[in-house]
Amino acid sequence: MNNTKTKKAGCNNLLRRHLLRTAGATSALAALAAAGVLKPGQVIAADWPRGPFTATNFNDALKAHGSNGSSEGRDIVFNAPDIAENGAQVVIEVTSNIATTQSISVFVEKNPMPLAASFRFANGALPQVRVPLKMAESSRVRAVVRTADGKLWHAQREIKVTLGGCGG
Amino acid sequence: MSDPIKIRATLQGETTDIRILMQHPMETGQRKDASTGKLVPLQFIQTFLVSANGKPLVEGQLNTAVSKNPVFAFKARGLKAGDKLLVSWIDSSGDKRTDEGIVTNS
Repeated sequence: MNNTKTKKAGCNNLLRRHLLRTAGATSALAALAAAGVLKPGQVIAADWPRGPFTATNFNDALKAHGSNGSSEGRDIVFNAPDIAENGAQVVIEVTSNIATTQSISVFVEKNPMPLAASFRFANGALPQVRVPLKMAESSRVRAVVRTADGKLWHAQREIKVTLGGCGG
Repeated sequence: MSDPIKIRATLQGETTDIRILMQHPMETGQRKDASTGKLVPLQFIQTFLVSANGKPLVEGQLNTAVSKNPVFAFKARGLKAGDKLLVSWIDSSGDKRTDEGIVTNS
């Protein structure tokens, strides 16, 4: 696996091209809504934001997502293994003890596309999530918390990966 | 077409532990099929919604970096045994799935 760099670049380009091509996918939730599965007003944020999700470096992804400029928050509990043997499934758990937390977003700094997932909480859902991630290589993983008044906080952990999970 | 979403919601005192297994390959578009040597096309869940009694609880937006057949865990307050949870996802190919779960006592 000494060709990680080229493999990574391959990941990016192909995926970006595909994503740019399949522009219809973002309206998928709208389609669900139209099908009557979701009632109007039930969707908190309908679309999959292409820009932040396809950004290929950490700072661009943070910026595109509006998650840059956060301060380190001690009231975020970030549970993750220090060493993950299998990069295809690294389970992390983030709990925010910050009042009025609205969303938690997870960035894997060295993944081909750093923004891995974003969750919004409402109606009694506690700002806590456990999610399994793929990690291409050892990397810092950052959880960004956004509060109702637009403030941003983060917590991060360095996770060592023995076997990369880029290929899924 | 796609496999059902498995939902488990159990009351633990005031809070409900919610576990959701979304059976989905979460293909990055980079993986090669072992038998044909061809790339398996990109296909991953982009958005999902968990709602209880018709109100949204958690909305998620995902990337290819979420593992295959992901299990998510959430917590919520204010639910009671018998409440209905609805989970829906939509993937990058437009495929979708909605399933239902019931809050139970632990």
